[in-house]
Amino acid sequence: MKLKFMDFINGIFKAIFKRKKLIRLGVYGPVNVGKTTLANRICKDWIGEELGTVSKIPHETREIQVKEKVKIRSNSKELDFNIIDTPGIVTKIDYEDFMKFKLSEKESKQRAKEATKGVIEAIKWLENVDAVLVVLDSTENPYNQVNITIIGNLAARNIPVLIVANKIDLRKAKIKRVQNAFPQYRTVGISAEKGKNMEDFYEALFELIK
Amino acid sequence: MLTLQFVPYTEIKDLSSIGRIRKLLNLAKENKIVLLEGRLSKEEEAELIKTTMEEINATFRGIELAVINPNENEQDVFTRFKATLASTLLGNKQGFTIVGPATIIKSIKRDPNKLQLLMKDAGSKSRRSKKRRR
Repeated sequence: MKLKFMDFINGIFKAIFKRKKLIRLGVYGPVNVGKTTLANRICKDWIGEELGTVSKIPHETREIQVKEKVKIRSNSKELDFNIIDTPGIVTKIDYEDFMKFKLSEKESKQRAKEATKGVIEAIKWLENVDAVLVVLDSTENPYNQVNITIIGNLAARNIPVLIVANKIDLRKAKIKRVQNAFPQYRTVGISAEKGKNMEDFYEALFELIK
Repeated sequence: MLTLQFVPYTEIKDLSSIGRIRKLLNLAKENKIVLLEGRLSKEEEAELIKTTMEEINATFRGIELAVINPNENEQDVFTRFKATLASTLLGNKQGFTIVGPATIIKSIKRDPNKLQLLMKDAGSKSRRSKKRRR
């Protein structure tokens, strides 16, 4: 009787002081697919502030950016996330490509140097995430080796993956093509910029974590 | 002149991960397009990208990479089991890996059934450098 009472008291204490698990959510994908736009959308939706700057010039995000303790609610459930926005992963970086965006040669070389470091960091951070949003541009061909390598690495580490087919507001968007490329994973189509289909996205995110 | 070098799986079979990556990267840096029999592990692919990034400079701009694995998206459980068993016994010998320098290959377009290597226009680079020299 005494033991049962102690268990009951312990249960109450555990329920009160139980620390909510913080989920480290990585945002991965190739360059200029809208990773930071999505991270900003999530942060804006739940804490009212943005995480990073976005630009049409590739490799705008060249460092890992983390927004801690973002509380997200969906269907009366609540979870705490650390949102980890990563630089786009590529296999090549040519500083001359940045000069097409009217950056000077010096600026372009500096951007290329920082971008290479960013890719290395993004790959290293694969060890430090609990779940990943792989963001793809739904207007582009999804059969890209970078996408396959990222997803393959996450699968090898048993990290849950949600594929986010972004830019569905654009006329050329083909969500089905993204789904067909990675049939083993759930794909959710959104427009991070316009905030389209975000309810389905949050629902899918909670499904992923459970 | 464009060189396509075939590397049989036996040449990388006994190499360490670093050795495999080094071999592919060195060939790409010699401006060769490598056709490797078989494929690297997923971790080695990520390591190849990481090492490539570490070595990018004014002359080496990175690589284009494509891995073709016919059983990758196989839905049939028995076929998948056969492929896993073959990989366990023989190593990652199935499929092909293509690696080439980004200064030569513009992009590799692929869909499940076809692979296209789009080469850079040989004149475009020299035209650009000529323009700058003026």
